[in-house]
Amino acid sequence: MTKTLRYIKPYGGTVALGLILKFFGSVAELFLPLLLKWIIDGVAANEALNSDQKLRWTLIFGGLMLVCAAVALLGNIFANRLTVKSSGRMTHDLRYDLFKKTCYLNSAQVDGFGVPSLISRLTSDSYYVNQMVARTLRLGVRAPILILGGLILAFTQDAVLACVLLACVPLVGVTVFFITRKSIPVFFEVQRKQDEMVRRTQENVTGVRVIKALAKGEYEVGKFEDVTGDLAATEFRANRMMSLSNPLATLILNLGLVVLIAVGAACHSSSGTVLEFLQFFTIILNAMIALTKIFVVISRGSASASRIESVLDMDTAETIQNCPAGDSRYKIEFRDVSFSYNGVENNLNNVNFAICGGQTLGIIGATGSGKSTIINLLMHFYDVNSGQIFVDGRDVRNYPAAELRTKFGAAFQNDFLMAATVRENVDYGRNLSDEQINRAIDCAQAREFIDGLDGGLEFDLAQKANNLSGGQKQRLLIARALAASPEIIILDDSSSALDYATDAALRKALAREYASSAKVIVAQRISSVKHADLILVLDDGNVIGAGTHEQLLETCGEYKLIYTTQMGAGGEEY
Amino acid sequence: MAVRRINIKDTRNFEKRKVDKKFVIKNLFGYLKPYAPLLALVFFANILGTVSNLVGPWLCGLAIDNIEIRDFAKIAFYAELLVSLYVVSALLEYLSAVGMAYISRGIVKKMRNDTFRRLSTLPVGYFDVRQAGDIISVLSYDIDTVGESLANDVIIVLKSSVMIVGSLVMMIIIAPVLVLVFVVTVPLSVIMTRIIVGRVQPLFRKRSQKLGELNGYVEEITTGQKTTRAYNCEEKIIADFEVKNEEAINAYSRAEYFGTISGPCVNMVNNLSLTLVSVFGALLYMFTVGGMTTGQISSFILYSRKFSGPINEIANIMGEFQSAIAAAERVFRVQAEEPEPADKEGAETLENVRGDVDIEHLTFGYVEGKTVIKNFSLSVKSGQVVAIVGHTGAGKTTIINLLMRFYDAGGGTIKIDGKNVENLTRASVRAAFTMVLQDTWLFAGTVYENIAYGNPDVTREDVIRVCKAAKIHSFITKLPQGYDTLLTDNAVNISKGQKQLLTIARAMLLDSPMLILDEATSNVDTRTEQIIQEAMGNLMKGRTCFVIAHRLSTIRHADKILVMKNGDVVEQGTHDSLMAQGGYYAELYYSQFESV
Repeated sequence: MTKTLRYIKPYGGTVALGLILKFFGSVAELFLPLLLKWIIDGVAANEALNSDQKLRWTLIFGGLMLVCAAVALLGNIFANRLTVKSSGRMTHDLRYDLFKKTCYLNSAQVDGFGVPSLISRLTSDSYYVNQMVARTLRLGVRAPILILGGLILAFTQDAVLACVLLACVPLVGVTVFFITRKSIPVFFEVQRKQDEMVRRTQENVTGVRVIKALAKGEYEVGKFEDVTGDLAATEFRANRMMSLSNPLATLILNLGLVVLIAVGAACHSSSGTVLEFLQFFTIILNAMIALTKIFVVISRGSASASRIESVLDMDTAETIQNCPAGDSRYKIEFRDVSFSYNGVENNLNNVNFAICGGQTLGIIGATGSGKSTIINLLMHFYDVNSGQIFVDGRDVRNYPAAELRTKFGAAFQNDFLMAATVRENVDYGRNLSDEQINRAIDCAQAREFIDGLDGGLEFDLAQKANNLSGGQKQRLLIARALAASPEIIILDDSSSALDYATDAALRKALAREYASSAKVIVAQRISSVKHADLILVLDDGNVIGAGTHEQLLETCGEYKLIYTTQMGAGGEEY
Repeated sequence: MAVRRINIKDTRNFEKRKVDKKFVIKNLFGYLKPYAPLLALVFFANILGTVSNLVGPWLCGLAIDNIEIRDFAKIAFYAELLVSLYVVSALLEYLSAVGMAYISRGIVKKMRNDTFRRLSTLPVGYFDVRQAGDIISVLSYDIDTVGESLANDVIIVLKSSVMIVGSLVMMIIIAPVLVLVFVVTVPLSVIMTRIIVGRVQPLFRKRSQKLGELNGYVEEITTGQKTTRAYNCEEKIIADFEVKNEEAINAYSRAEYFGTISGPCVNMVNNLSLTLVSVFGALLYMFTVGGMTTGQISSFILYSRKFSGPINEIANIMGEFQSAIAAAERVFRVQAEEPEPADKEGAETLENVRGDVDIEHLTFGYVEGKTVIKNFSLSVKSGQVVAIVGHTGAGKTTIINLLMRFYDAGGGTIKIDGKNVENLTRASVRAAFTMVLQDTWLFAGTVYENIAYGNPDVTREDVIRVCKAAKIHSFITKLPQGYDTLLTDNAVNISKGQKQLLTIARAMLLDSPMLILDEATSNVDTRTEQIIQEAMGNLMKGRTCFVIAHRLSTIRHADKILVMKNGDVVEQGTHDSLMAQGGYYAELYYSQFESV
């Protein structure tokens, strides 16, 4: 957690000022009972004063009480403002650094964390840290000051009575602490069961057709009722436990009061003192309750902080390696490349191929055969385990990442679109000209549907582009890949949702408009790669066929099999 | 199934209209009614507890008065009384809290079950136009809000009201003049809280909205992190994030600035009344004969604390009550949704189906006035294969929706074995079809449960048999617990293609006379498809089949091919006749062989 806390440092001055104000505000509040006592004991019940003096002193002390109340008000308000400011800025900085780090993580690191986990670190975890800091600064200081100050003041007034107070404080603290600690796991359990219920609902909404088709509605209701029954029982258990805390704390304090009166009577304390102590009791009780609430916030916040730190601790410094030059004369060359994601099983075995600028490479094979892995290695998202990959005659590991990747325009499998305008999605922060964007849109066969959208290029996409169909999304992704006229265009299974006619028109336009770019096309459909200068057939990480369409029909049984399956027996006629 | 989703962006912001309180309260009453006796008991315990709590300060005052005159017997007496009183009060407080938790748990459970049961009867169209998240938030968040409000707020309001009235009465008894202090402070604190809440609420709404935007952005970008790196636009993305981050923090700070004012302000008013009570109490003590004892002042001060605390609490809770009522309304709106129309009276059960399907002059539109299917007719004999082709979004799935009676036709008739489906029970019509859809649906259960889902009577041997036929058996046996492996979100690494094979296996277990295949093998790679072709052939044999496919090779041998374009059936015929026609189908067909 130390690393997270260091983010407060730049705002140390603000925090310190806030704490000082808070301190004065809280102390002012503590003076109220003291003044109250002086009014009752020192003035009202003081036989030595005449009535004029009594009136004067009562009003003076009353005025002082008002001043204290005002100081408490202003001190707390300004202190809160300062703590809100510092906790807000601190969260801002932390989140910024975390996001930046996340953007620069390499693919292996992203795989290590998992995307959902990274998202929750950026969203809920950073929120919990914010809560922790804000609450602690706001209440975590006030409560101890009130408790401690209250106790100190009490001791200066009447040591014996103060001991009664002192005895009650830990008792309440321990009781509430234990109840809270015992119920936290139950609340986590409630959360888990709640998630289960949410999942069931989600399943039922997405599977509504299957459930209706199989008339399983009643069955699903039964299963749902099991879950809600379970959830309700756990929730009840948690609430029953938490319901103990308030009555118990109040009871202890109230019993303390009675003891106080008894002790006060025994020790000949003045009624003003007893009255004053009653006030201390109330203040301290409230402070104790606030403290236990903070306890929950801190335990959750520190867990979140350490999750955030594990991302921040990642090393994302770019290392440009110095691999042997290897005299490749091609645009892209794979030389004896082997690779494994997990270090156990190879995902690629001794892959060799090369293409020149302007040529097209097609990659075909079953799911999991290593098609996307070739792309991942080519763009240097991962390091090869053995062999070398050259782009323009230079090992990809010898490039600075930015220099290498500007050569590419890529549409990945299941790539994403932002909730932004069509134009922004195609441009993707590269400040491209209108001409480039329009050319890419035309070539990607996206013109027709974009013109049909409300606002055309300025049409706003919904989150995950839910307001576009699968084929429309793919065409936008392709347009994005083309827009900067890159040296190498990569289309990883990006035309699967297009019908054949559109797919064919896309291929024609690609060849015409981007003739000088090298193209790497990964596909399931043979028609998408048939025209390529070189086609790789992958099976389980091995290249089992390489050549042109015609060559492969002769030499690669697997390719021929795929071809006949897809095109039907009469395929060759056309 | 890729049904066009009408994007309803967060229905919550949608309903700006006034909450129908009468509707909510009437429904809520129905839920509370069974608990009436227990509720009365809880109320009674609560009032009793609060009252005994109220007597406390009074006894304290009496005891303190005795400190002055050193009457230890009396002090002991009051002390004993106080102890028993406080114990009883704590016990009653605990019991009423638990009682209320019990009631709210029962109500929440019933509310969830009722809502879910209603959802299970709603037509498919209801789900097609809504985001799953909206429905989930009604079932979880909204019902929780109602339940929490019941469990906590009701008790607090009850307790607070008793407390307010009780302490007011006690204060009036002790010193009616001093009560005048509250004529100033109570309205002050109520008005202040109101103003602050009024100011703060929109700020908090803005705060959650900005945080939501930030989170949405983070989710997007993190999912597409590789893309960002591929396009070298980390800096641009980070700059965009910075704008959103700044906005979110500013909204947060603004809301918190005002939000954190309310605590000190309320404290201030309390301190003010303490001061006024002390000063005037002291004056009363000094200048009126028999006006007030110090004990009375102390009781009064204790009561004043008990008085002003609850007033603020009630003021705070009013806001929560409003959101609870709004939440309850959303819940009851779902419960009041129109279920799928009941089967016609005397509707027949479709039995011993041959599988002849006749569609006559069918007309349909999802939205009134926007016809998707116009005057469409088709006649299919038992055992024939009908293929539906066309672009994405051309309306292919609409036909399936109508066949399965997920939607009812606007005009025209669909007949199965010569019987109009409108005169048949929905369940029996649906049971006559087996569907394999592009969007595979698996639930969190074991592999076995998922496959046997449609037919719980099957044996394990049956399940293994179909899995072998669907070429997924060896994959399943390699899973950690084989057929008993739990399919949860992330635990098992299972590809889209494998999911599709599992749903094909599920379909093979059903023995329906008709089959619907909607891009059933779109995610299965060609090699596997080749391997399961025989099994698919067996599945289709003797059954009336409706097949949707991109890949034209799979449908070449269909008995009838429907070619759809923009919702219309533009061509109809066999492969050969359509090719000879040289129209849109031929164009589609040639395009897949086109070489550049």
